[in-house]
Amino acid sequence: MAHDAALHPPTSTGLDNRKLAIWTFIGSECLFFATLISTYVVYKGQSLRGPYPHEAWTDPATGRVVERIFEIPLVTFGTAVLLFSSFFVVLSLNGLQRGKQKQFIGWLSATVICGLFFIGMQVYEFQHFVHKGLGFTTNLFGSSFFTLTGFHGTHVTLGVLWLATLLYLGIRGKMGPEKALNLEIAALYWHFVDVVWIVIFPVVYLMK
Amino acid sequence: MSTAHETTGIKSWLTTVDHKRIGILYGGSAFLFFLIGGCEALLIRWQLRAPEQNFLTPEMYNQLFTMHGTSMIFLGIMPLSAMFFNYIIPLQIGARDVAFPRLNAFSFWTFLVGGLLLNVSFLFNAAPNAGWFGYANLTSKQYSPGLNTDFWVSGLQILGIASLAAAVNFTVTILNLRAKGMGMLRLPVFTWMSLITQILLLLSFPIITVALVMLMYDRFFGSSFFSPGGGGDPLLWQHLFWLFGHPEVYILIMPAFGIISEILPVFSRKPLFGYTAMVFSGCFIAFLGFGVWSHHMFAVGMGPVADSVFALMTMLIAVPTGVKVFNWIGTVWGGSLQMKTPMYFALGFIAMFIIGGLSGVMHAVAPADLQQTDSYFVVAHFHYVMFGGSIFSLVAGAYYWWPKMFGRMLSETLGKVHFWLMMIGFNLTFFPMHFLGLHGMPRRVYTYADGLGFNLSNLAATVGAFIIAASFAVFLWNIIKTWRGPANAPADPWNGATLEWSIPSPPQHFNFAELPVVEARDAWWHEKRKRGAPMPEPKHVAEDAVHMPNPSWWPLVTSTGIAIFFVGLLLGVSLPVILLGGATVLVGIYGWAFEPAFS
Repeated sequence: MAHDAALHPPTSTGLDNRKLAIWTFIGSECLFFATLISTYVVYKGQSLRGPYPHEAWTDPATGRVVERIFEIPLVTFGTAVLLFSSFFVVLSLNGLQRGKQKQFIGWLSATVICGLFFIGMQVYEFQHFVHKGLGFTTNLFGSSFFTLTGFHGTHVTLGVLWLATLLYLGIRGKMGPEKALNLEIAALYWHFVDVVWIVIFPVVYLMK
Repeated sequence: MSTAHETTGIKSWLTTVDHKRIGILYGGSAFLFFLIGGCEALLIRWQLRAPEQNFLTPEMYNQLFTMHGTSMIFLGIMPLSAMFFNYIIPLQIGARDVAFPRLNAFSFWTFLVGGLLLNVSFLFNAAPNAGWFGYANLTSKQYSPGLNTDFWVSGLQILGIASLAAAVNFTVTILNLRAKGMGMLRLPVFTWMSLITQILLLLSFPIITVALVMLMYDRFFGSSFFSPGGGGDPLLWQHLFWLFGHPEVYILIMPAFGIISEILPVFSRKPLFGYTAMVFSGCFIAFLGFGVWSHHMFAVGMGPVADSVFALMTMLIAVPTGVKVFNWIGTVWGGSLQMKTPMYFALGFIAMFIIGGLSGVMHAVAPADLQQTDSYFVVAHFHYVMFGGSIFSLVAGAYYWWPKMFGRMLSETLGKVHFWLMMIGFNLTFFPMHFLGLHGMPRRVYTYADGLGFNLSNLAATVGAFIIAASFAVFLWNIIKTWRGPANAPADPWNGATLEWSIPSPPQHFNFAELPVVEARDAWWHEKRKRGAPMPEPKHVAEDAVHMPNPSWWPLVTSTGIAIFFVGLLLGVSLPVILLGGATVLVGIYGWAFEPAFS
């Protein structure tokens, strides 16, 4: 009777199948976000009416002045939190690989909390924008902004769900060093989501 | 774990994770969709048999040509190629399955959901009707208020998910599961071309996914990504569509190149001429394929600089393609030709593909293209590459690998009747369309006036279309007839060069009782040469000798969730149904993640 080992000979590249798969998937995701970001950039300044991202706008119908939409300090803070979460997940993985359960669970919790904070920041931001007068269909800026950052936010949410599942398993004592690859793959995805934000933040929020 | 060894019954098919069975499921359903697409073509041809006919209403005609194009591309050629990816790649690289067997099942079920959703639209008299490339703003709510375009968007989105999952799976399979000793430059060319196809899929499908999402938002929520009324630019759709659409063309033809490169050496009894040139020209075509999308858009007026750049890039693709054609001819040249049915179709492919390739270079000349665009000349061109290229090659592959897949030899006589009928019917249908186009007959118009000189060519095309249909009837008859006969196929009926011919026909569940070790390109030829005598028939070993992955319901559950999600969208964005779909997907993924792959 042959064993699993017979079915899983060492892979041709030496990389685990799942790791190669997540890299492949990330390659594909690059084009996904590239298309969203390009659309945002192509439509920059093409809106037929306000509100606008970087300057105030007077609604000709009501005469109401709408402040510029973006609030850079808040999103800068959110960006920093997301960046730190990438660092935290590395510390967590390091803990899991070396069998240090406390380090693994502590830093993974921090990662999940950072992720949740970022999602909360985005939900607040979206509500705030809508309140200011920028809805999804208000103008091209609204549509392309909410689509791009919304898809990024969805990715963050799925990442949080994934990491939280691993955290739950960890707390139940079901994650040992032999399962480190499970976390490593989730972490790769998490870093990618982070890297995408590093592109979105300057291109969308900072460039005028 | 009795389920692990169930081999018959519906349940065993619904839960299968065996790449060979999934391949057969792909092949069977794709062939049905292909026949539906073929019937759509026959209805179109019947309407056009003579001027000013009223067999079809203009609306029905729009639905038929849209569904014909969409079906043949996404539900015919792509999944028929996927059948060969599934069945043949693991066998050619000496693997027991793909890297992710359950993901593979998920790809198939999701593909089936997408195909069914697209075709169900006919029951509501709301089949997609804006053309297979769905140009904005024909697809806007204003000009297409019905469900037609919603079906199209949803169907394509689902098919995209299936293709992306499969592309990840096969990329990893080919890179990671190669037999010991099978370096990348010992990889069979079919597997190489398939790898290139997967990479094209990975990089081009996300683009159309985003474009379809934006179109969906325009239609469902009233944004104006593609509607000038709100500042949107319809041309953005064209750019995004063709950024996907041109690589898509190579997604359709690369597997065909691979199949031909397997068949010609085997039936010429000499190795493929210029193996490395073949591999790298394939890579080069794929690379250039991302830089030529705007040659589909010369007529929109991009200016002389853009037109020139895209024209030159397009002409450049003729170089690696020419390398391939000359290498195929070099393979056949001086060979000891075995004129079996697969060889007939492979040689037919070369001739037809050259004609299609040459008219392609004519399109690359921007000023000439302005005369040809939206005319029947274009219809002639892409049918010569898609039918004369892809379909000829897929049929060649079907005759070539049929004995391996089903353990039965197809009839040579009927196969050759099929070939000649298809060859004559195909040319009778599409060759006159070159002249129709140059004489000014526009495509996608449901009828034409008498006295324009279009009558005879259209009649010829209609007769040809029915001859093509007859050729596939012969193919079906061949299948039915030999199916009733004995399972007579030996393991290696053609004296094949690659590893799939080293194991019984059809292969056992685990493919290789012992994993092969590869010492040279054309591994199985090398093995036979080394031995110096004919190989004995490979022995069957006990089915439980190798531990294989468990069957699973979760891929089907997850695909069903996707179906529910999109039905929710089609029901006018019904939130409860959408949430139910999302929840089902989540349950499917968690069930899948926590279910052991092996017992």
